[in-house]
Amino acid sequence: MTQDEIKLEINPSLARKILTGFIRSETTRAGFDRAVVGLSGGVDSALTCALAAEALGPENVLAVRMPYATSTSESLDHAELVIKLTGVQGVTLPITDAADVLLDDIPNDQQVRRGNIMARMRMIVLFDQSADFHGLVIGTGNKTELLLGYTTQFGDAASAINPLGDLYKTQVWQLAAEMGVPEVILEKPPSADLWIGQTDEGELGFAYEQVDRLLYLLVDRRHSPKDCVEAGFELKFVETVVSLVQRNHFKRVMPPIAKLSNRTIGYDFLYMRDWGT
Amino acid sequence: MIKLAVAQIDTVLGDLDANLEKHLAKIDEAVQAKADLVVFPELSLTGYALQDLTSAVARPASAEDPMFEALLEASQNVDVLAGFVELDSRNRFFNSAAYLSKGEILHVHQKIYLPTYGLFDEGRFFALGDSIRAFDTPLGRLGVLICEDFWHASPPYLLWLDGADILLFMSASPGRGLDTEGALESARWVEHVAQAYASLFTTFVTNVGRVGFEDGLGFWGGSVVFDPHGELVARGPYHEESLFVSDLDLQQLHRARTRLPLLRDERTELVQRELTRIRHSRMPGSRGPRKHSE
Repeated sequence: MTQDEIKLEINPSLARKILTGFIRSETTRAGFDRAVVGLSGGVDSALTCALAAEALGPENVLAVRMPYATSTSESLDHAELVIKLTGVQGVTLPITDAADVLLDDIPNDQQVRRGNIMARMRMIVLFDQSADFHGLVIGTGNKTELLLGYTTQFGDAASAINPLGDLYKTQVWQLAAEMGVPEVILEKPPSADLWIGQTDEGELGFAYEQVDRLLYLLVDRRHSPKDCVEAGFELKFVETVVSLVQRNHFKRVMPPIAKLSNRTIGYDFLYMRDWGT
Repeated sequence: MIKLAVAQIDTVLGDLDANLEKHLAKIDEAVQAKADLVVFPELSLTGYALQDLTSAVARPASAEDPMFEALLEASQNVDVLAGFVELDSRNRFFNSAAYLSKGEILHVHQKIYLPTYGLFDEGRFFALGDSIRAFDTPLGRLGVLICEDFWHASPPYLLWLDGADILLFMSASPGRGLDTEGALESARWVEHVAQAYASLFTTFVTNVGRVGFEDGLGFWGGSVVFDPHGELVARGPYHEESLFVSDLDLQQLHRARTRLPLLRDERTELVQRELTRIRHSRMPGSRGPRKHSE
């Protein structure tokens, strides 16, 4: 029965309207009329780029390609496709030299460490481009990866605003199709492209189609893990996902501040970021 | 015939001057459109997610206050219903709405249900209103409720019995529930209940929603006007500012209540008797006996 509750299909044109409105509003009230997007060649950043272009005008969006030596040429080509299609400005700034200064001391088999350095190097480049282009950094993280913690803190997770953060990966695909993201990007296996042969689903150990359904029940529908097992999800899978969501919560919140005074940021000093705008 | 102007606006969070300026501009527009009444959304003069700004933007509902002075002046030409944070004489803050007409404050409604769950935190910042009253205006007897007030069935019911033939609902509701439909689940829900109240009470019902964003919260607009037959008179656009004017033909009340005399047949004494029994016997915290004989 519980399986029938899973409704991951969205009205993409409504999502498009809300998210372009969000990008326009939150960019301009922060004092910007331009945006910077890191473009990997994957579907999340392609969609973010298309939404930003529609929200702010393509001339006001800078798409930054930041390949590392091992990045596939396919990724670069797909990013180029998106730049052409959306009409945004594009720039390619390889991170190899900068990253290698640190990576030279890290053994090749420590892939996660190496991947984190690449992700954080891209963050540095992106925020520097933000200053140069006078554009706000638009994040590309989706709800699935935020919940699973499949993201580098202060790396790809760093942004000024995050339009896709409440869309599961399978919903990102739906909206990306609506926005005209090329088939070749929609259909390739998702990958952070941090090392050769890496794929999200290979690394996570399960498919997005599957985990999105489970997350939807756990998070959106507030079902217990037990309910999900009864609905037909494997116990081991449910346990793994519940544990990932919990263990990675630190990536989704600001660092806790030790309370000493009567009024402390985060606890009883409470303002929206849009305060006064 | 009443010309009702619905001002579906965006607001600036915590900036009273900017919001007042927009109100005065929209009031002008309503006057140009020969409207009798212009209605703004919940907390239209302050913005919604105020948190610690609440005390800073609180104003007394008084002609002495400069903000009200300007609005009262503007109300010489068209009645105005606007949302604000009310500061009372004991320094409590209410999520309130003021009805202004011909330079006078005719009514202030203080929100009686403050949502404090899910994404809402109103109970943390606002004091609870404690009265539900219809009130007389040059346009007839009206009733005002603010958002969560009408998610409960009893406030619209009480206003109906208290003589309100036009129910004015004001909302600042963050949109949520994206699925395959053309409007968000929250938008559909509000529209359903507004339509249900119009149908069940054979009254005019309007809900004025706001638009724009506060951080990631997006307000959907989609203001609606229903007639006493429960038919949609007008709907504002989703997610965009708009000012639209609807003609409310008061003769429709006559026709609707001839066809469907629900108001005539409403058994308030029975309601009161049963409510008293239920309160004493069944409600949580009741001091009465658990089983109460009829």
